[in-house]
Amino acid sequence: MKNKRKLGSKIYVALVMVFLYLPIAVLILYSFNDGKTSVWKGFTLKWYYELFNNSAIMTSLYNTLIIAVLAALVSTVLGTLAAIGIYNMKKPVRSLVTNVSNIPIINPEIVTGVSFMLLFAFLGTLFNFEMGFATVLIAHISFCTPYVILNVMPKLRQMDYSIYEAALDLGCNPRQAFFKTVMPEIMPGVISGMLMSFTYSLDDFVITYFTRGPKFQTLPIEIYTMLRRRISPTINALSTLLFIITIAILIIVNVWERRAEKERTA
Amino acid sequence: MKSKAPSIPYLIWMLVFTIIPLAMVVYYAFTDRSGNFTLQSFADSLFYTDVFVRSLWIALLSTAICLLIAYPLSYIMSRAKASTRNVITMLIMLPMWMNFILRIYAWVLLLQNDGLVDLAVHLLGLDVPLLGNAGAVVLGMVYNFLPFMVLPIHSVMLKIDNRLVEAAQDLGAGKAKVFSKVIFPLSIPGIISGITMVFVPTASTFLVAQYLGGTGDKMIGDVIENIFQRDKNVGSAISLALMIIILVFIIIMNKFGDEEAAVA
Repeated sequence: MKNKRKLGSKIYVALVMVFLYLPIAVLILYSFNDGKTSVWKGFTLKWYYELFNNSAIMTSLYNTLIIAVLAALVSTVLGTLAAIGIYNMKKPVRSLVTNVSNIPIINPEIVTGVSFMLLFAFLGTLFNFEMGFATVLIAHISFCTPYVILNVMPKLRQMDYSIYEAALDLGCNPRQAFFKTVMPEIMPGVISGMLMSFTYSLDDFVITYFTRGPKFQTLPIEIYTMLRRRISPTINALSTLLFIITIAILIIVNVWERRAEKERTA
Repeated sequence: MKSKAPSIPYLIWMLVFTIIPLAMVVYYAFTDRSGNFTLQSFADSLFYTDVFVRSLWIALLSTAICLLIAYPLSYIMSRAKASTRNVITMLIMLPMWMNFILRIYAWVLLLQNDGLVDLAVHLLGLDVPLLGNAGAVVLGMVYNFLPFMVLPIHSVMLKIDNRLVEAAQDLGAGKAKVFSKVIFPLSIPGIISGITMVFVPTASTFLVAQYLGGTGDKMIGDVIENIFQRDKNVGSAISLALMIIILVFIIIMNKFGDEEAAVA
């Protein structure tokens, strides 16, 4: 009876995994297909060759990375400072600020996107500029910073405030005391906030779509445009590479975390 | 360290890039092209009532299916060994790291004529178009947002104190009773946050219906994107309506969650 139930559980988990990974597996498989349709015509690497020679994709990849790095850095600084300030506010004001800060998280993405478009279009006619790199970066910082605050805030609450005071008593100036006591305590929250910002920025399509203007391309936008034109297996090659890079990063992060854990317990 | 000053740059940022843009949506929704007050945009957006209803219906259906798939899975995971559990959690999160357009495109490849699933259905002797209908849209949504249902339910189930289960067993409860009296009630907060996390993005998403659905399957997100290119005022009115519907939904779900927490 127990074994039967166990078998049932295993089959159920396996079915869900097939559902989750069959599409990805097919996507990867077709990236090696020497034909444009879904009929298998033999193994080829030509789509990968085409991918690396596609300057539009390479440019948009570069744009995506620049935006993600900058957005992650700025929102981490902005968000960490904000979290410290909000932490020191009294209850009603703090709740109000936190709620407003969470708007980009709760609000449907498309509404956030169009609201940015209205603002930038208005400012654009006022100051005569076109949407592009800068507006996308500003939008990304805006929707990433709330996640940094969400990650840093609990660490501030967990922190023992007396260690900061102890540092002051022992002769640190406030700045030294902050960097020697507070910063190490909240660092895990800062790092996870930064990583979250980086991945959200990397992956964003909707908000970029509304703030990018006529020329600026990021990778998700480029994928969208390519699919509009015609389905080409180059996209499959791109998906495959992105998937492999993701797995590699996850494995590295995991190994790194486990090592850090070991060092802590040792 | 006792100062509120560090938050000043962000407070200004929020004012300019969160509050003002939303205020502009409200402003455009209530004005006409020349800036005079009018409710005409809302009257015009009534034309899209059926799209609204369809979007909410598709979101509801997708959320229900996600829940049906995710709940047993979360339960199985919470009973598994820690190492197995971690592997399954990882496997569930991994597809989320792939851009959603690529995930939807993968389903286009599977469902299109001569796609793998299409061929399999043909082998079963059925000849139905798999792409270009509401069913395909729901499938795409479930595929996209299933992890958002599994993760919160699973994390709540993990926290259930095993002694409660044992106590119920000691008091003579069978498997079914332990589930209905202990595990299910305690997992409700996870279900609620899962429902919110799936329903909100599903109802407001755009593009998925364009790729997987037919011409009649457009959702409200697609309409907003389309209309904004022609008419900012009607687009704003629809966006505002969507925002309010979502907000009301979240408030109701939160209230429901708080009551559950108070009972438990």
